[in-house]
Formats: sequence, C-alpha cells, structure tokens
Amino acid sequence: MSTIQDSTARAEILARIRRATTDVTDKNPETDTPINWTYGTGIDMEDVVGTFVEKVIDYSATVVRVKKADVPKAVVDGLKATGADKSAVVPPGLDPSWIKAIKAAGIEVRIDDPQLSHTELDNTDAVVTAASSAVADTGTIVLTHVADQGRRAISLVPDRHICVVRASQVVSDVGEAMQAVKPAVHEGHPLTWISGGSATSDIELSRVDGVHGPRQLYVVVVDDQ
Amino acid sequence: MTTTGTELRRITEGNHGVARLTPAPDAPGTFLGMPKFPKAVKKELELSVQRKNMRNATTTIRNKRALRVSESPDWEDLRDAATAIKNRVARHLDYYLEEAEKNLQANGVHVHWARDGEEANRIVAEIAKAKGVDEVVKIKSITTQETDLNEYLEEENIACWETDLAELIVQLGHDRPSHIVVPAIHRNRAEVREIFLREMKNYGRPAPTDVTSNPPELANAARLHLREKFLRAKMAVSGGNFVCADTGSLVIVESEGNGRMCLTLPETLVSLVGIEKIIPKFDDLEVFLKLLPRSATGERMNPYNSVWSGVTEGNDGPQEQHIIFMDNGRTDVLADKIGREVLRCIRCASCINVCPVYERAGGHAYGSVYPGPIGITLTPQLRGVDDPVDRAMPYACSLCAACNEVCPVKIPFTDIILHLRNRVADAEKAEKISKDPEVAVEKVLMKTAGWIFGDAKRFEAVQLGTRGAGKLLHGKPLGPIPVPVADRWLRYRDVDALPTDTFRSWWKKNREDGK
Repeated sequence: MSTIQDSTARAEILARIRRATTDVTDKNPETDTPINWTYGTGIDMEDVVGTFVEKVIDYSATVVRVKKADVPKAVVDGLKATGADKSAVVPPGLDPSWIKAIKAAGIEVRIDDPQLSHTELDNTDAVVTAASSAVADTGTIVLTHVADQGRRAISLVPDRHICVVRASQVVSDVGEAMQAVKPAVHEGHPLTWISGGSATSDIELSRVDGVHGPRQLYVVVVDDQ
Repeated sequence: MTTTGTELRRITEGNHGVARLTPAPDAPGTFLGMPKFPKAVKKELELSVQRKNMRNATTTIRNKRALRVSESPDWEDLRDAATAIKNRVARHLDYYLEEAEKNLQANGVHVHWARDGEEANRIVAEIAKAKGVDEVVKIKSITTQETDLNEYLEEENIACWETDLAELIVQLGHDRPSHIVVPAIHRNRAEVREIFLREMKNYGRPAPTDVTSNPPELANAARLHLREKFLRAKMAVSGGNFVCADTGSLVIVESEGNGRMCLTLPETLVSLVGIEKIIPKFDDLEVFLKLLPRSATGERMNPYNSVWSGVTEGNDGPQEQHIIFMDNGRTDVLADKIGREVLRCIRCASCINVCPVYERAGGHAYGSVYPGPIGITLTPQLRGVDDPVDRAMPYACSLCAACNEVCPVKIPFTDIILHLRNRVADAEKAEKISKDPEVAVEKVLMKTAGWIFGDAKRFEAVQLGTRGAGKLLHGKPLGPIPVPVADRWLRYRDVDALPTDTFRSWWKKNREDGK
C-alpha cells in the first residue's frame, strides 16, 4: 500500500530535517546534548509499602494488607466486596490456590484459555490478576501481562479488578519501576500502568471515578518480606 | 450489558441538511476562513456562561497542578532533564526517526511517512478501506484534529468515533475543541446533559432518559454509549504521547480507559504521530512520566499509561499495526533556531491553564486546535504567517510570562512570541502593505516613543506636556477620546490617569539631599 509514495515522503522528510539542522555540527547526540539525570534512582522514604497503600487509597481504591497464607481468602473477599458474586476471569498462569478458593466460594472461574470473546469478557463480573511492580510515590501498579496477569483485554473489560501486589514488588519511585519492568519490554511485553480506577475530569474538571476501565479497583498487598 | 446494539446510519438532523454518519461540526471544514483573533474574541467574550465555565475550570486545574508540583522535590532538575532530552531528539531527529523506524519494523509495525496532513489522512483512509471497515474508534489525539481526520474520513464514508469523554461531548455537540487536554472545558454539566439527550440517540445507544446533570451519571451515559462501539470496532486510530526509539515502543497516557479499549480490542491499529514525539530511550520515559501527569491534570500519576512494542504475541491486542510519522510543518519549525524550542512540547496544557488571555477568551477565538501560549507559538510556525488569522496569533498575548514558569520542558514562550511578531512585521513590510490599521498606528506610536526615549531633553519636554495634560484632566482616567488616531488604539486598552507630576520632579522634592 502506497509504498512508492511512502518512500518519497520518507526521503523528503529526512532531507528537510537535515537542511533544518545544518547548525548541528557534533553528530554524536550524547556529546552534542548531554542529559544531566541519574536514571532509575528512588526516593528516600521510611515506609515504602505504607506510602504505596496510602497513595492508592487516595485514588479511592480499596487496599487490604495480608500475610501470604491469607491471599486466597483476601481475593475471594475482594470479589464479594466489589459485588462480583457470579463470575471472574483469570489469566492461565494465576496461582492455582487462588483459583481453588474462588471456585470454593461458588463463583464461576473463567480461565482465559482459550481466549474469551469481547462479549464474554463484558459479561464477566471481575478479573483477578497478579502484578509486576508498584510505585509508592504515585500509587501506581504496573502490569507486564505475563502469565499471572494475562493479556490486556481481560484486565480492562470486566468492571472490577482484584489485583494482588507483593510487598517486595513495591518500589519508591517511577524510575525504579521502569528498570524493574524493562526486561519484560525487551521481551516484547506491553505495559499497563494503573493508578486507581478509571477516571475522568472532563466535566467541569470534577473527578468522576469509573468510566471505561474497571470502575472498582481492589488491591491485595501481600506482606512477603 | 450490551443489548442487541444499534447500527451505523446516516443522520440529517442537526447536520445542515446533509445526511452524515457522524455529527457535523458547526463551523464546517477547518478553522481556516474564520476571523482573526481580535475579531473572533469579541464574540467569545460575550458568552458569559463560557467565561464562567472557563474561570472555574482553569482556577481548579492551576491549583491542583501547583499542589502536585510542590510535592516533587526535584522538579527543576526534572525540567532540565526533559529539556535536554527533547533538545537532543530535535537536533538529531533524522537519526532517531530512522532508529525508531528500524525498531518498530522489527516489532512488526508498518511504518509510513506523511509530508502533510492530507497525506496522513489519505494513509489512514487507505488502511481502513483495505481492511473493509466503515467505522473506526479514535483515542483523543490533537494531531488528528490538526489534520481534520474525522471530516476526511466522513467524506470517505467512514465514521470516526471520538471515545474520550470530552471529545465525545465536542463531537456530539457539533462543536470544536477549545483546550488540548480538556477539549470541552467551555461546557458545563447542564450543557453536557442536554447534548447527550439530544444527540446520543442519533448516533448509537441513547442516553438514559432520566439522566441528570450529575457528572457520574453523565460519565455512565458515555460508558454505555461507547461500549457497543468498542466491542464491535475492527480498527482504531490513536495519536501517541511518546515513541521510544531504542525499543520501538509507543506510549499513550490517559485517564478513562477509552485509550486501553482502542489499543486492545480492535484488530487493526493506526497511530498518527508528529515526528517530534520521539524520545531516544525507554529509560527517558521516567522523566516524562514524572512531569506530564502533574503538569497536565494535577495528578501524581494519571489513571492509565499504556506502553506497547508493536504486535504482541498470543493475540494480545491488534495484530496489524501501523504508525505514520507526520511532518506537516514541523521541519519548518525545526529550521528556525529560536522557534524550534517549541518542538519540545509534550502537550500538557499547563501554559494554557495559566494564561490570562486564554482564561477570558476561551479556546475557539484563536483559530487553531492549539490555543493559548503553545497555540500562538506553534501554529504560525506550522502554517506560516501568510494568513491574517496566523498573523494575529502572536499578538494574543500580554507578555506576562506565566507560561514560561510552568512549562515542564522550559519553552521560552515570550521570546518566541516576540520573534514571531518580528516575523509578522517583516512579512508585512515585504508586502509593502499594512493590512491592519491598528498595527500600522501602533508602529508609528512605537517609533515616536523610541525617538522620545532616545534623548533626555526630548523626554523631559514630553513629560512637561503630560504633566500639563494630567492637571487639566484632574486625574481622570483616559477613556475613548475622539482623536482620529488615538481612538483606535484606546479602544483595546485601558490607560491609567495621567500623573499631575513627573517622577523626576517628585524625586527631587521628596528623596534627594538625604530627605
């Protein structure tokens, strides 16, 4: 499709750029324009996990802190607390003990293998996933969509998201999280950064929680340290 | 939740008698042909509801931003780093575009290049036709507003649905965006309710008949209206906040989840990005993810960020992806050594939110999808200064410089504005005409002032004159006076009362000789 046209456009745009930047004599970007920034550092904070919890609550999401053994129960509690009493979709790689607990609570578990259709996802009450990293300063959870988090659509279409974050995954600042998830990016995984539930401020700049993404976010923080 | 669903159909109601797939913007076509700022602003200033909406909204967002910025201890270091990163890209743009292209292609993305908006629109339409779709869902994108993509696709019989709440309000309201982050900033909740009730039923799932003007209810009406469009869409169009050259990744920063819907559910994704949106490394995102949300919406982090590196295995998201690198005047900006600094812009709108001219005039008067300080510095550079609308833009500014202080990438707006005023003056001089009588009069006045200030004796002589006039007027402020030249100038300016004494003689009487 428009291959010939494209290559002309490409050559012309690159030529325009070169003409526009004839004043740049040092062709090495790094020596020509140094960047004074140390990447991947954190912020000094006394209680990283506590700060994370506080900031997530600030987005009007729910957060509970539990011991490792209590995670299956906490996941079920989260489903019930958000009103997901019929069904939950889970990624194929989710911890089997959580799946077992959900089933035992009488909630139908829909494993996304084979993949559920858009309509099936839309008719599912909730999604349960793990996470890859979390940022205390901004109250952000980062998904890399590996086996225990699943493809992007499953944590988007259902109206409730129960997300399990291990305390050891929580870092102080954005830069540290960037470095933590970078290997996944190099492997081709997409990233979804979630800070509270879906929200909008488009009407008179007053914040409304819940538009297209899950309207309820329920975070289980596991004290594994 | 989804019922049987509605179908795509043509609607004449509200569309100037034309049967259309999507609502027609009330000002047909583009912004071209509209009056220049000084004329357009008069109409806007009379809209008292809009002025109130604007004042409320900009005050709220300014305060939120200030609070979140105060929480960030290394804010100035971040600004410097972001400035350097974007400078590096602009100065070596050919290198980084080629690197981005190589890595995007390695990730399975089709890379296209567009010299102008027309070419970009054509590529999008060609892809849509090749896929056989008659509708696309769109993530909020100012770049596609710049090219007027929606209207182009409508002409090609393809419906383009805005999915951002504010853009939906604008589209259903037959309106134009008036802000780059909050495009419906000029509308209040009662107006939104009225638009939803009147228009949604024509273009898809109707708004609930009992919907009130409570924002959560209005947001829910949008959720229901758009959900069927998301679930059935086969193709999406996005812009892009950043493109990481080293990993070939695209980044979308958003709030509502409409972006995630568009990036995840359709089979085909086309992203239209300006060539200046590249950043060298994935690592550089760190700096921008710390600056952008706090600057734009006054949040520590916006609700959702999506980063994806081309086609994801395992049928996760669109399996056919295209990116269009668009110039559309950007290389002209790059060629201007003073003006090019505006290419650092990350579209946060903090300059717009602090601008006293914008707060009063609103976004429609400018005649560009980019209003406020960023608009008047970027638009005349992208489009050139041939048109009266573009020539008027650099003058829609009081040079208060509040924008310089808040800009996360330290764009020196006022320097660029003065530079552009020079360009406009030079262009007019070259044409040997001064089309604008106000500007011509001002030029004469400025020249005269220069002559007076150039010599102490002349200055003192004039001071004696103004002192006399001040005494005559008894300290009354100077209103519109029926003097042929001065009345044009005074029509737009309030001038303080003339002093009855000069500063020099006041100083002599009160301060000199140790008094």
